Amino acid sequence: MGMSERRKIPAPEANPETATYWDGARAGKLLIRTCGACGKPHHYPRALCPFCFQPAARWIEAAGTGEIYSFSVMRRAETPYAIAYVRLPEGVTMLTNLIDCDFDRLRIGMKVRLVFQDSAGGPPVAMFTPV
Amino acid sequence: MSIRGKAYIMGAYEHPTRKAPDKSVAQLHAEVAAGALADAGLAKDDVDGYFCAGDAPGMGPLSMVDYLNLRVRHVDATDTGGSSYLVHVAHAAEAIALGKCRVALITLAGRPRSEGMATGTAPRAGNPAIPEIQFEYPYAPTVANMYAMCAMRHMHEFGTTSEQLAWIKVAASHHAQHNPHALLREVVTVADVLASPLIADPLHRLDCCVITDGGGALVVVHPDIAKSLKRPLVKILGVGEAVKGQFGGNVDLTFSAAAWSGPRAFAEAGVKPGDIQYASIYDSFTITVLMQIEDLGFCEKGQGGRFVADGNLISGVGKLPFNTDGGGLCNNHPANRGGMTKVIEAVRQLRGEAHPAVQVKNCALALAHGTGGSLGLRHGSATVIMERA
Ligand SMILES: [Zn+2]
Repeated sequence: MGMSERRKIPAPEANPETATYWDGARAGKLLIRTCGACGKPHHYPRALCPFCFQPAARWIEAAGTGEIYSFSVMRRAETPYAIAYVRLPEGVTMLTNLIDCDFDRLRIGMKVRLVFQDSAGGPPVAMFTPV
Repeated sequence: MSIRGKAYIMGAYEHPTRKAPDKSVAQLHAEVAAGALADAGLAKDDVDGYFCAGDAPGMGPLSMVDYLNLRVRHVDATDTGGSSYLVHVAHAAEAIALGKCRVALITLAGRPRSEGMATGTAPRAGNPAIPEIQFEYPYAPTVANMYAMCAMRHMHEFGTTSEQLAWIKVAASHHAQHNPHALLREVVTVADVLASPLIADPLHRLDCCVITDGGGALVVVHPDIAKSLKRPLVKILGVGEAVKGQFGGNVDLTFSAAAWSGPRAFAEAGVKPGDIQYASIYDSFTITVLMQIEDLGFCEKGQGGRFVADGNLISGVGKLPFNTDGGGLCNNHPANRGGMTKVIEAVRQLRGEAHPAVQVKNCALALAHGTGGSLGLRHGSATVIMERA
């Protein structure tokens, strides 16, 4: 079907717990929150580690690579779009969209790279596109 | 402590409407409450426990208790989406076993069809205080595309096919043809399902449940009351609940929380999946059925596609008769919440009151299972095992 169109992205509403994540996005970085005690990364980011309830004190910058764990192209939308879970080498799987690609060529296991797309009046949002 | 045999389902009522533009949601709750109590042979003032979920207008149970003018000593408004009503059966049995109430009324009603709700295909914004919203809503998850991602992964890991998924809809349609109230009564084929438009890859329109107005209600009672009534005795043997999410980023779409709620219910009931003669399996989408059948232990993980194929879910034909009312796929999915009708059809089967064309012979042991919320994001599962006593 050729290269996909970009959909309008609603602005995510940050709060004090998540401000660092969205500041990172504004700087073009995908930040993964990591526990100061058990060392495990998690996503979406929480103040307390969801594995041990200790403060998740550190943020690491994702390399910006990943692979498709699953996806689905939403045909019944004004602008069709691809939702996906992408596995990051940092050890988390995140909900995202696959953009700027031919939806008919998407496959599970495909390598993808990070791209940010502007939201309507909010911070940019981490998306992925096939390598 | 176990709830095995401590409570009975003695009233069950499914509203016959599938589109109710001329009624209010509260009115539908009252109509199904009256229907279930009449079915049980009980009066309004016998009710001393009330259970409802997010479909009930008002704060928790407060508005409905007041609107129905109930005098209750136990309430529970646990909301796990479409599985809530199976949770309510479990909680009602627990409350009755502890002496907190003796006649528990559970109601469900809604009007998404009249209100023109794009149930499966429109992303829902939600309250920004919900912790995941800002990390999910920008990506437009919908009911359909999140279940679709589970199907996509299942196909990748286990070789499941769209044809196999289609068999689930085909079986439901074979049952629905006998239900005069069913929204869709036409028998469909695998080819019909595959020829219907793609909604969210790989799910077609006919892989999705119907959107209907209506509702249903149940009356769960103490054994002493059950034995004083004239209706067939439907004994609750075992219940299980579970919630599954994204595990802090360790997402695994290959199984549902049925893998946890099912074994809990089977252990309490003291029976095995192979003993079940009839199963009501939550069917928001065909993939929902397939994954739950695996997770409940009716077949091995990954073998669901082979298990559901070739009519194996059709009553009188296959090994596991399911959703003999036509289920959410063909009959009814009131308020976008299918758990209530799952219990109601299981009760009909155990009473021998299902349509003769789909009635399981001498049905003495049945299971009802629900999945509420989003299979691909976070969901609540509940399993109830019942016996004709
Ligand atoms: Zn930790």
